[in-house]
Amino acid sequence: MAMNNDFNEINLNDGDLNDTITFWDKLKNVFRGNSLWMLHYCTGCGAVELPPTMTSRFDMERIGMGPMATPRQADVLLITGYLSVKTLRRVIYTYEQMMEPKYVVGFGSCTLNGGIYYDSYATINKLDYYLPVDLYIAGCMPRPEAVMNGFKKLMDMIKKGEATGWKKYQRHYEDYYSPNQIRSLGEVYVKDEFHE
Amino acid sequence: MSYLIGLMLIVIAFLWQVTLEGFQRKVTAKVQRRVGPRWYQTFMDIFKAFSKSSISHGFIYDFGAMMTLGGTMATVVFLPFSGIVAFNGLDNFFVIIYLLAVGSLGMAMSAVGSGNPWASIGVMRALTQMVGYEVPFMIVVFGMIFGYGTSSISALVEVQAGGFLNWHLLRMPLGAIVGFISLMGMLAKKPYDTPIAPAEIASGPLVEYGGKHLGMLMLQHEFAVFIEVGLFVNLFLGGGGIVAYLIKYAAVYLFATIISAVLGRFKIEQVVYHFYKVPLALSLIQAAVVIFTGLGVEIWL
Ligand code: SF4
Repeated sequence: MAMNNDFNEINLNDGDLNDTITFWDKLKNVFRGNSLWMLHYCTGCGAVELPPTMTSRFDMERIGMGPMATPRQADVLLITGYLSVKTLRRVIYTYEQMMEPKYVVGFGSCTLNGGIYYDSYATINKLDYYLPVDLYIAGCMPRPEAVMNGFKKLMDMIKKGEATGWKKYQRHYEDYYSPNQIRSLGEVYVKDEFHE
Repeated sequence: MSYLIGLMLIVIAFLWQVTLEGFQRKVTAKVQRRVGPRWYQTFMDIFKAFSKSSISHGFIYDFGAMMTLGGTMATVVFLPFSGIVAFNGLDNFFVIIYLLAVGSLGMAMSAVGSGNPWASIGVMRALTQMVGYEVPFMIVVFGMIFGYGTSSISALVEVQAGGFLNWHLLRMPLGAIVGFISLMGMLAKKPYDTPIAPAEIASGPLVEYGGKHLGMLMLQHEFAVFIEVGLFVNLFLGGGGIVAYLIKYAAVYLFATIISAVLGRFKIEQVVYHFYKVPLALSLIQAAVVIFTGLGVEIWL
């Protein structure tokens, strides 16, 4: 597995990615910030905190969020905990199937720096090397209150035009994300039966 | 002038149905003891979907999405809305049923064109379910049409004028029950939401739609609901003035919502068996009563 110091560090925040400039951009961001459909990729322990967040106890729908069945329909990708190298590949496929603008939320310390699995041979440590994470919700595991709070924060960021991870992914795919992904996964091979 | 009225009908359908969809979500939430979304949430969802990017899976996919939205919007124009008819003489039951099928077929074409197996399964389920609910519904409406000798919806609304005692809800109670059960099937409300089951087949026909395409299909769904509920209000609740029509519409729609909020989901063969048992029997009895005794048509109060 690739070690942390193998990764190339570049400044991802160069240039101005903020897209809230014209009136139409602002209007679009209002709609995007008020309606978030999420796709939860429940790999880690974090998945158990989502059902109470979604259902009657904490009721995510009151702030305009809802679960969606497929990546095409979703706006937010939730990575709920540790990612093994094997699932990372699926997460990247899923992320690339989503429609822009798309956001990634990392749950728990495992997506931040590896958490208690920091020295495992099978998991990745820092999700930000592979996918542009817009928001981390710290905790092990974050409670539903923290999750809701995080989503409110994400919505504010979207309304202000600060959640620009998907632009970072476009701009730095060649020189940052793609080499990092290949370094961890080996060759990335996409099989597309339908269009063959 | 007809075109202006048609345009107005489409705008009314959009505003009213999308607002009501928000209330519907609120009602479902209250039944489940939640707070629920804001009432304008569905507007936000639709505009958000249109503000996203989207990709194409080929010509059939794009064309089918446009065909389903266009076909359904065209149907809205032909449905009498509280006595307002855009194209006089064309507000025929058969015109509406056939134009509605254009929407469903466009959806089927587009979904299969996306090449996803879940979409094919969902489309197959949707068409199977259609076979299930259309037969009892058609038998009831054909009995009605036979009784009055006209298939114009305005004429069928006309005969129910003069108080609620003349509504088909009371004249043909069995038919109204069948009509309501079939309406739940048409709306794909909870026990009959097999075609779009999100947990089993990843939302069925919608599986490959994202961004603007999904927005188009959501709009199409809203217009289709407007037509189906409107058909029930016209045929069984006697239409009425604009306010009365909208109130009846809201009552029918929210009643269906409350029922569906507490039910689970049928399997597809259970749906068809279900429709072919009690509703079909009731519709046959209703049609026999109307045709052979005239009770409810010629003989009434
Ligand atoms: S952060 Fe904690 S709860 Fe979350 S996946 Fe890691 S170990 Fe599990």
